[in-house]
Amino acid sequence: MQGSERRAISVSVNGSRHDREVEVRLTLADFLRHAVELTGTHVGCEHGVCGACTVLVDGLAVRSCLMLAVQADGREVATIEGLAPGEDALHPLQQAFKDHHGLQCGFCTPGILATLVEYLAENPEPSEAELKVALSGNICRCTGYRDIIAAALDAAARLREARA
Amino acid sequence: MNPGGMVGKAVPRIEDDALLRGRARFVDDIHLPGMLEAAFVRSPHAHAAIRGIDTAAAAAVPGVVAVFTAGDLVPHLTAERLVVGLPSPSYRLEVDRPVLASDEVVHVGEPVAIVVAASRYVAEDAAALVEIDYDPLPVAENCRDALADDAPRVHSREPHNLVAAFDMAYGDIDQAFARAPHVLRESFWQHRGVAHSMECRGVVAAHDPIGNRLTVWSSTQTPHPAKRLICALLGRDDEEVRVVAPDLGGGFGPKLVFYPEEIVVPLASILLGRPVKWIEDRREHFVATTQERDQYWDMAIAIDGDGRILGIRGSLIHDHGAYTARGVNVPYGSAVTVPLPYNVPAYRLDVKLALTNKVPVTPIRGAGQPQATFVMERLLDRVARELGLDRAEVRRRNLVHADQMPCEKPLKLRGGTFVALDSGDFPTAMADVLAKTGWADFRARQEAARAAGRHIGIGLANYVEGTGRGPFEPVKVRVTSNGRIRVASGATAMGQSTQTMLAQIVADQLGGDMANVSVTTGDTAAINLGFGGFNSRQAVMAGNSAHAAAMKVRKKILKAASAMLEVAEDDLEIVGTRVALKGVSEHGIALGAIARALDGSPGYKLPGDLEPGLEAEEHVIVHDMAFSSGSAVAEVEVDVDTGAVTVTRFTLAHDCGRMINPMIVDGQVVGGIVHGIGNALFEWMGFDAEAQPVTTNFGEYLLVTATEIPEIEILHRQSPSPLNTLGVKGVGESGVIPTPAAIISAVEDALSPYGVRIAQAPVSPADIIALINGASGRA
Repeated sequence: MQGSERRAISVSVNGSRHDREVEVRLTLADFLRHAVELTGTHVGCEHGVCGACTVLVDGLAVRSCLMLAVQADGREVATIEGLAPGEDALHPLQQAFKDHHGLQCGFCTPGILATLVEYLAENPEPSEAELKVALSGNICRCTGYRDIIAAALDAAARLREARA
Repeated sequence: MNPGGMVGKAVPRIEDDALLRGRARFVDDIHLPGMLEAAFVRSPHAHAAIRGIDTAAAAAVPGVVAVFTAGDLVPHLTAERLVVGLPSPSYRLEVDRPVLASDEVVHVGEPVAIVVAASRYVAEDAAALVEIDYDPLPVAENCRDALADDAPRVHSREPHNLVAAFDMAYGDIDQAFARAPHVLRESFWQHRGVAHSMECRGVVAAHDPIGNRLTVWSSTQTPHPAKRLICALLGRDDEEVRVVAPDLGGGFGPKLVFYPEEIVVPLASILLGRPVKWIEDRREHFVATTQERDQYWDMAIAIDGDGRILGIRGSLIHDHGAYTARGVNVPYGSAVTVPLPYNVPAYRLDVKLALTNKVPVTPIRGAGQPQATFVMERLLDRVARELGLDRAEVRRRNLVHADQMPCEKPLKLRGGTFVALDSGDFPTAMADVLAKTGWADFRARQEAARAAGRHIGIGLANYVEGTGRGPFEPVKVRVTSNGRIRVASGATAMGQSTQTMLAQIVADQLGGDMANVSVTTGDTAAINLGFGGFNSRQAVMAGNSAHAAAMKVRKKILKAASAMLEVAEDDLEIVGTRVALKGVSEHGIALGAIARALDGSPGYKLPGDLEPGLEAEEHVIVHDMAFSSGSAVAEVEVDVDTGAVTVTRFTLAHDCGRMINPMIVDGQVVGGIVHGIGNALFEWMGFDAEAQPVTTNFGEYLLVTATEIPEIEILHRQSPSPLNTLGVKGVGESGVIPTPAAIISAVEDALSPYGVRIAQAPVSPADIIALINGASGRA
C-alpha cells in the first residue's frame, strides 16, 4: 500500500462529525490541524516524546503525531478547543493554569491539559510526586514545571469540589 | 510614578486566555489560500565538496512545484551570503553563511536545496530524490584540535580555523602572580547543548503583487532586524516588506539569529507567485538551529594567604561552529563575566574562537555567562579546599560590597563603554541564601546521611547577569476613538509575558484597567524601529519606553480633559476608561471622547490648543547594562552505585531590581534554573569523530522533565537600577547562570570521601562512576 493512497474516514472532534478523504499516511495531528483546521494541537517533536500533540481519543490520552488519521475513523477526539465550557468560563484546569502561571509560551500547554484531563479523571486526589510522574511525558522548556505542578494540584482540588 | 498601583503587582497575564483555549496563532497555524509547503535538502556530511546537484527526479514527483538550488536563487539577490556578524576588530576570517550551499558544505544539516510542493508530505518525498554528488573532506570536530597547524580546515578556501582572537586584561597580572603566595591551576570544559524551544523554527511568506508587498511570518525573536536583512537581500524598500513574529513557542536565543530559510522561503514565494510555508521539524532543529556552550578553559588564580584574589589569568578556546551567525559576542560575554561579582585586582584572558564542522554557535539563554560563572566558582571552590576555608567564607572575602556600588570595572562592553555594576548587595544576598538553606548546619546533616550510607552534598555559586542591552527599544502608546489603549513595540514576545509586562506599565499610567489595553509585539508594520527579544533586555528597554510614552499620553489626556471639562488638571484622575473629577467619578469624560476631540474637527481649534492625536512614541536610550545578581545554593544526593544525581533542593537569592510582576519574575527564574539543571546533568549534544551528530531525538538528547524538579525557592531582593526610571533589570536568563556551578559544586561535595574533582558540565552518571573509580571525565 502506498502512503499516498486515500481512504474515507469519519471522525468526531469535540462533538462535531468530520467526514474526509485522507491519505493513509496522514497523522492524526496533521488531520486535526490542517483538515479540521483546529490548530490548538501543537506538534513539538514528531517522534512521540515531547507530548505537545497529546489529545484524547475515546477519552484516552494519545500522541497525535504517532497515530494516523485513519486509525481515528469512527472515534471521538477531544482537543484543547473543546475544553472550556463556553466563552465566559474556562475549564477548572485552564483557570488553575492561568492563576498559577502554569504556562509561558503556551506551546506545550494543550498537550499537558489533555494529559491531565485523563489522569485526574482516574486519579482525582494525586500527590505531588504522582503528578510529576503523570506529567513526565510532557516536556516544557519555559516554566521549569513548578507552576505546572502547582496548577495541576489546585485544579484537582477544584475538580473534586465541583464533583462533591 | 505609580498612580495605578499596577507596577509591582502579580496581575494575571493577558496572553493566557488565547493560549489556554487553543486560539493562539503560531507560525504553523497560519494557512493562506493557495499556499505551498517546503522541505529543505540538507547536508549529510560535516564537510564535503559538492560536485553536482541533480534535481530532475525530485522535480518530476507529482505535486512538486519547484526545486531551487543556490544557482536558481542567487541571481535574484543582492548578495550570496548572510552578513550578520556584530562588529568586532577581532575577526581573522570572514565566514558568513551562504543562502544555500553551492560548492562546499561545512556542517551536517547545512541547507543545499529547497523543494516546494503541494504539501509537506510530497515535499519530503521529493527532497529524498534530490541527488547531490558529494566528495567528503577531512573534518575538524573539536575546537582545540582545530587550532593545530596541521588540523583539517573547516572551509577549504580559508588558510586556518582561527576565526577570531582577542584578549581581555587589566591590572598588572604578572606582578600579581609573581608576588602571590599561592597559585592554583585548573582546566574546565563545558559541552554544547541545544536551546529546544518546544516550537521549532518556521517561516511563511506571501507576496502580494498589488503594491509589491512581501509579508513574512517567522518564528523569530528579532523581526525588525530580519526585515532589514530581507530588504537588503532583495533590494526592497522598507515599505515593501513586513515581518511578523506571531505567537512564539519559546525562543531561548537561537531564534534571534537570521537564518537562510528566512530569505529562501520568501524568495521562493515571490518567484512562484504563491504563499510558501516551511516548518522546521525537531530532527532539523538538532542540526540546523544554532547551539552553544562548548568552551575549554585553562586558568590560574593567584591568592594571598587569606584567600583574597590577587589575579586571575588564563586562556579560553571557544567553539564557534562552522560559520559566523552572530559574532564574537558569546566568548566576549564569557570573558567579561568571569571576575564581575568579585574584587579581582588583575585579570587577563586570551580568547581564541575556533571554527569546527558543526552547527554555528550563537547565544542560548545565558550566552557565555554560565560558562564564566562555572569557571570562577570552580576556582573559588579550589581556593577554599587548598586553604582549608569554608567555600562561603572565601566568597565573602572577595565579593563586591554594597558600599562599592555603583562599581566600575576596568572591562569594556562590546560597544566600548566600561562595565559598571549598577546596584545590589551581593554579600547580603549570599548571607540570605546561606541562612535559608542552613549552610552552617549542613556538615552535621551530611555526616548523619553518610552514616546511613547516603551521599548528600551542598554547593554555592554567586553570579551577575548583564541585562538590558541597548541602545533602545521603541514603544508607541495610542488611545483609540473607542477609548481603548493600543500599545505597539519592536519588543518581541516568545513566552516571557512581554505583552503583560508592557500592558501593566502602560495601564499604571492610563486608568489601571488591563482589559482595556491591547499590545502588539513583533510586527514591523506596527512600529518602524526595533530590535526584539534577547539579552534579557525587553523589560528594561521596552519597559522604560512604554513608561515614558504612557506618561506623555497621560499628560495630554489630563490637559485635554482639563480644557474640555473646564477643571484644573490637578483635580482630575484617569480611572478605567474615563477621566473624572477626583472623588466624583460621575463627573468626567470618556478617553474615547478625548481621542475623538484630538482627531480634530474642520474649522475648530483643538481642545487646550494641543497638538492633534492622542499617541506618543518613545525610545528611551540606555547604553550601560543593568546587572541582575544572585546567590544560589544547590543540594544534591548522589547514588554512588549508579552515578545518578538527584537535585533535592535549589534556593536562589535573586535581585533584578524593581519587579514589575513578581509572578512573571518567578516564572522566568524557575524556568532558567531548570534549564541550568539540564546543562549540569543531562543535556549533551553529541558528535562523533567525523562531526556527525549522534543525539538527534529526545530519546538521545535528554531534556529535564517534571520528575527531576527539586524543591525550588526564590528569595527576592530589590535593588533598583539607577540606570532607568522604572529601576528594573532583566531576568530572563538569570536562573540558568549559577545553576551548573552550584550543582557541580554540590556533587563534588557529596563525593568528597572519594576525592572526586569535577571540571566539566554536563556530568553524566557514567562520568561520575568513572570519576569515583579514579578515571578522568569524558573530556
